[in-house]
Amino acid sequence: MSQSTPEPTPEKDPAEPQSVQTDAPADPAVDPTDEAAVNAAVDQALAAIDAATDLDQLKVARLAHTGEKSPLALGNRAIGKLPKDQKAVAGKLMGQARGRVNKAVAARQEVLEAEHAERILVEEAVDVTAAGRRRRIGGRHPISMLMDRAAEIFVGMGWEVAEGPEVESEWYNFDSLNFKPDHPARQLQDTFFVDPPESHLVLRTHTSPVQMRSLLSREVPIYVVAPGRVFRTDELDATHTPVFHQIEGLAVDKGLAMSDLKGTLEHFARQMLGPEAEIRLRPNYFPFTEPSAEMDVWHPNAKGGPRWIEWGGCGMVHPNVLRSAGVDPEVYSGFAFGMGIDRTLMFRNNVPDMHDIVEGDIRFSQHFGMEV
Amino acid sequence: MRIPLSWLREYAPVPQEATAEQVLETMVSIGFEEEEVHRPTDEISGPVVVGQVLSREPEEHSNGKTINWCQVRVVPEGQEQTLTGKGIDPSGVQGIVCGAHNFEVGDKVVVTLPGAVLPGDFRITPRKTYGHTSAGMIASVRELGIGDDHDGILVLSRIGLDPELGTDALDLLGLYDEAAEINVTPDRGYGFSIRGVAREYCHAVNEPFHDFVLDAAERAPEATDDGGHPVELADQAPINGVSGCDRFVTRVVKGIDPSRPTPTWMASRLRLAGIRSLSLPVDISNYVMLEFGQPLHFYDRAKVDGAIVVRRAQAGESLTTLDDKQRTLDTEDLLITDASGPIGIAGVMGGASTEVGAETTDVLVEAARFDPITIARSARRHRLPSEASKRFERSVDPEIQAAAAQRAVELLVELAGGTAEPGAGDVRVERPRTEVVRLPADYVSERVGVDYTPERVEQLLTRIGCTVHRAAATGSTGNDDAAAWLVTPPSWRADLIAPEDLAEEVARLDGYDKIPSRLPIAPPGRGLTRRQIGRKRVLTSLAAAGLTEVLSYPFAAEEENTLWGTPSAEQAIAGVQLHNPISEAKGRLRVSVLPGLLDTLRRNHARGFRDLALFEAGLVFLPGEQLGSAHVPPGAVKLEQSVLDEINAGIPDQPLRVGIVLAGNDAAAAPGVSARAFDWQDALDDALLVGQALGVRLTVAQGKHQAFHPGRTAELTTPDGQHVGWAGELHPQVVQQLNLPERTCAAELDLDVVLAAQAEGVQAQSLSVQTAATQDVALLVDAELPAAALVDTLTEGAGDLLEEVRVFDVYEGDRIESGKKSVALAMRFRAPDRTLTADEASASRQAAVDLTAQRHGAVLRG
Repeated sequence: MSQSTPEPTPEKDPAEPQSVQTDAPADPAVDPTDEAAVNAAVDQALAAIDAATDLDQLKVARLAHTGEKSPLALGNRAIGKLPKDQKAVAGKLMGQARGRVNKAVAARQEVLEAEHAERILVEEAVDVTAAGRRRRIGGRHPISMLMDRAAEIFVGMGWEVAEGPEVESEWYNFDSLNFKPDHPARQLQDTFFVDPPESHLVLRTHTSPVQMRSLLSREVPIYVVAPGRVFRTDELDATHTPVFHQIEGLAVDKGLAMSDLKGTLEHFARQMLGPEAEIRLRPNYFPFTEPSAEMDVWHPNAKGGPRWIEWGGCGMVHPNVLRSAGVDPEVYSGFAFGMGIDRTLMFRNNVPDMHDIVEGDIRFSQHFGMEV
Repeated sequence: MRIPLSWLREYAPVPQEATAEQVLETMVSIGFEEEEVHRPTDEISGPVVVGQVLSREPEEHSNGKTINWCQVRVVPEGQEQTLTGKGIDPSGVQGIVCGAHNFEVGDKVVVTLPGAVLPGDFRITPRKTYGHTSAGMIASVRELGIGDDHDGILVLSRIGLDPELGTDALDLLGLYDEAAEINVTPDRGYGFSIRGVAREYCHAVNEPFHDFVLDAAERAPEATDDGGHPVELADQAPINGVSGCDRFVTRVVKGIDPSRPTPTWMASRLRLAGIRSLSLPVDISNYVMLEFGQPLHFYDRAKVDGAIVVRRAQAGESLTTLDDKQRTLDTEDLLITDASGPIGIAGVMGGASTEVGAETTDVLVEAARFDPITIARSARRHRLPSEASKRFERSVDPEIQAAAAQRAVELLVELAGGTAEPGAGDVRVERPRTEVVRLPADYVSERVGVDYTPERVEQLLTRIGCTVHRAAATGSTGNDDAAAWLVTPPSWRADLIAPEDLAEEVARLDGYDKIPSRLPIAPPGRGLTRRQIGRKRVLTSLAAAGLTEVLSYPFAAEEENTLWGTPSAEQAIAGVQLHNPISEAKGRLRVSVLPGLLDTLRRNHARGFRDLALFEAGLVFLPGEQLGSAHVPPGAVKLEQSVLDEINAGIPDQPLRVGIVLAGNDAAAAPGVSARAFDWQDALDDALLVGQALGVRLTVAQGKHQAFHPGRTAELTTPDGQHVGWAGELHPQVVQQLNLPERTCAAELDLDVVLAAQAEGVQAQSLSVQTAATQDVALLVDAELPAAALVDTLTEGAGDLLEEVRVFDVYEGDRIESGKKSVALAMRFRAPDRTLTADEASASRQAAVDLTAQRHGAVLRG
C-alpha cells in the first residue's frame, strides 16, 4: 500500500538516473516579487515534470522543483523577509506558482503510475494453455454410478432402496423364492457354492434374495429396489463375467396387476433411455413369478438405430414367495423385476467389451468422470 | 428344442413356403424364446447329384498312395447333360479322381459337381491331380456334413436307396429341410416334443390341433396280464412319498433286422433335431421320443433274464452303462433290474448287457413314466444329462405311454421288418388324481390388468386342453362359487396347478402385448437412508479428490487373505472357500479389498500408467463360528423365527470396506507443477477424507500391520475408539514380493463402522470475534513420543482459552541430543468475551507446557 509521503528529505536520493535537469538554476532562490522570474521557474519545473518518462525521473524532477532547496521553495521562504506591503502580493504569486507545479507533479504521477501498472500486467502474462493439473483427475466407475442413478429414479417415485449380502443362504437365494430343490431351474443358474456344499451357502445368483429380505423386514405395502452385485460361474469374455450387477424391483400391495409392472418398467426405461423408450413383455418362466415375462426395451438411441433389446425378467410375485414371508397372497399381490446393470451400461453407453468394465483400466472410469 | 419344419408340417398347418424364421416368429408370439435357425443349405449347395460309377482304375503313385481314376455317369443313360458350367462334361460322364476304396463299379454314389459348395466353404472346381483332371468329387457323409463316418464314400444302396441318375442328392438326403430352434422353459416339458410344439403352433395361428397321440393310443392293443413282458414296480424307498415309477408299458417285436438302414427321411429329421443317427432301432426310439415327448428304451429281449423289477439300488451295487462305464449306484438311484441284477438306471441310461446290437432280433420296448425328482438326482449324480432325463425331469404326460410304445412298434415292424407280438404289458402305481384348480371369475383380469370376458377365459383355457366348468351355484366350501370356474388341466400340463398358472396361460394366448401400462403410486417413501447417502458421498468425495474408482472381483488366494486380512499373521483368516471357483488360484472370498485393488494397480502399471490413485468400495467376507446351516427348509411356508435365526447366523459377516492404493506421483510434472511422489501421508489424507465426508473425525495413532511399513502406518479409530482401518506405506518387502511400484501406499477402512459413527444433528459452536493471541512453543521430547500425545496434553493443560494447537515442525538432528526430537507447535488462544491479555495467554501456555513436562518430560526450548 502506498504510504502517505511526508515532505521528502532531499539528501536521500536512491536512484540517480541519467541526465536530469542539467540546467538547474545557478541562483537557487527565485525572487518572490519578480513575477517573470517566478513564471520562468514554474515553466522550467513544468518542462522537467513533463519530460519525466518514468516514476524515478519524476521523483528527481519533483525534488528539484519542489524540494526544500528548490528555487520555488527558497523563494517562498524569502517572502518572510519582504516588507509588509509586498508580502500579500508575493505570497499569492508564490502560492499559485507552487500550486501549479504540485498539480503538474500529481497529474504526471498518475499517468506514470497507470503506465507502470499496465506494464506489470503485461509482464506477468502466462500461457494458460501450457498449464498442467496440480490436482489429480479421478472418476467413479460407471457401473457404480448407473446403480445409483437407477435407484434414484425409483426413490423419486417413492420407492426405497433395500440391500442384502452377497454370500447368501440357499434358502434366500432359491427355496424361499419357490425354486424347489430338484427343479431344473435351479441348475440353470450356474451357481457358485461355498465349500462345503452342505453349508448351503452360495454367492447370490441374482438380487432376488433381497425380495425375501424386504418381505421379512418391512411392512406391506412394499415398494423397493435393490441394486447389487451377483455371481454366476461364467468365464469372462466379451459379453460374460462371473461377477456382475443387477437391479431388482419388488412391489407388494393390494390390487397390483401386470399392467402396473409394465407401467413401472416403462417409466424407468424412459428415465434411463429417453422419452421414446417402450417396454415389450414376452412370456417366460421364472420360479418366483407367475405369470412371468421377459422384458424387451425399445432403445430409441441405440447405436446403429433404434431397436428392441432384451433387458431382464419380470412377473407377478409367485404366491409361494409371499407365503414364504408370511404375506397372505389372497390379500396382497405384487410384481418383481430384475435387469442387468452391466448389460444396460453396454447398450446404453456403448461399451463394446465386458473386459473394459471389469479390468479396472483407469481410462475407463476417468472417461466417465462423475457422470454416466 | 430343434423343430424340423417337415416334421412340424405333418401335424400343424405350417405353410409349405414358410421359413424357419417365420416359424420362430409364430412360436415367439405364443411365448417361446427363439434360439436359432439350422439350415443345411446355408452350408451346402448344388449341383450335388446321384451318379453311378462306370469304371474305377486303381493307380499307384510315387508317394505310395493308390488313387482311383473313375468315370461316373451323372445323367441317365441316353439323356443329355442339361447342367452347364466349367468342368461339367456335356456327355454326362465325369472323370473323377477318388482316394477312397469302399465302392465298386456299378455303385450309385453322391457326386458333387464343379460349382458345388460343401460345408466349411469347400468349393468344388475341376482340378489337375495325379495326372488327371478331376471334375468333381465322390462324396462321403462327412464331406456332405450329414455324419461323421470315416468309412469313406456314401454308397446309396447301403442306406436303402436306388434313385435315378442325376437326381438332386440334396433333396434325396433331406438337406432342403430346415429346423427352428426354440428355448423351452423348465416348466413346459411338453414343449420338448413335436406334439407339444405342433399344439402351440396351432394355438398361435388359431387353428384346431388334431392330437395324433390319441390316434396311436387307439391303435394300441389292450394291455393284458400276460402281454408284453412281466414287470414289477417295487420302489422300496420313494422320494417325498412319490413312487419312482408310476407306469411301465412293455411291448415285444420279434424278428427285426437291425442291420437295415435308417431311412433318409428319419435320419435327416433326427440330424436336424440335433441327434446322431446310430442304428435303426436306436433311431426309432429317439424319433418317437422327439415326436411324442415320451423317452423309450429298447432291450435285446434275448438278453433280459426273467421279469423286470423296478426298484431302488442297494448299497454297493454297480452297473456298466451303455457308454461302457462302470457306475457305482446310489441307494437313491431307481433301477431297472432282471434276474441278473441292474440292467439300467431308470430314465437316465440303459445297461450294456441288454443293449440292442447287430445280432438282436427280438426287441422289448419300454415306455415308462418316472418321478422327475428321482431322475433329476440320478442324472446329476452320474453326470448323465440326456435327452431322456431332460424330459423325465420336466414330467412326462402320464397318458401317452401305450401310444408311444405303439408308434415304436409300428416303426419297428415297418422299417426293421419285425413282427409285433400281440398284447401289451401295462403296470401302474396309483397316482394322485389331477387337482382341479378353482379359478375365481375375476382373478385373471385382476392379476393381469386386462378385462377378459368370461367367454374369452373359458375359450382360451379350453383351447390348451383344460376342462372348464362353472362351479355349482352353492359351493360346499362356503365361497361364492358361482363366481368361479373349476378347471382340470390336461394330462401333459403338470405345471398348471394354481390360479396364477392359468392367469399366465390366458394372458399368453390373448397376447402380452394387450396388457396396458399403468404407473402404480407408491406410498410416500423415506428416500435413501443416511447410510446410503453417506456411502455415495464417500465415493463422490474420493473421486473428487482425484482417485479413480474400480471394481475388482472379490476372489482371493488364501495367502492374500492371510497377509492382508489381519494386522498379524497369528490371527490370520483364510477366508471362505468356494466349492467351484472359476480359478483354483483364487478360490476364496476376499477378507480385504486391497489385494484385488493391487492387482488392478499392477494391470494399469503394465499398461503404461505410472501415477495411480485407485479406490474401491465393496464387501469382504468374514466367516464366523457357524458357516451356513445344515438344514434348508422348504419355501412357501413362513419359517419359525428360530429357524430363520439359524439360517441368518450361518451367513458370514460381510462388512463394507473402502480401499485406497497410491503409486507414483500425485500429479505429473508440468509448467507450474512439480511432480511429488505419493507417500504415506497421502494415504492418510485420503483415509481422513472418508471420515470427513461423513462428519467423523477419525483419530490417528501409530499402527502396526504385517503388510504395511512398520514405521509409516497409521491406525484409524472413531472418536469413541472403534477400530476403522489402516493407512500408510506398504511394507517394502511386500512391495517387492508382489512386484508393486516402489513406495506403494494404501489404506483400507471399514466403511460400515464409519457410517455407523456418521455425525447427525451437528450442533453449531459459537464463534468468538474477540482478538486471538498466538503463541508458538518448541518442546524437546523423546523421539518416540507421538506428536498426537503432545497435542492432547497441551490441549488438556491449556484449558478453555486454547482454540487450536497445531504441529508445524519436527526436528531431530545435530543441534539436539540424540534420542530426542523438538516439536514446534503453534497455539492459538481466544476468549469468548474479551480480548486476551498477553499475560493470560502466556499463563495458559505455561500451564500446558507444565503438563507436558510432568507427563512426558518435555523441556521447553528457547
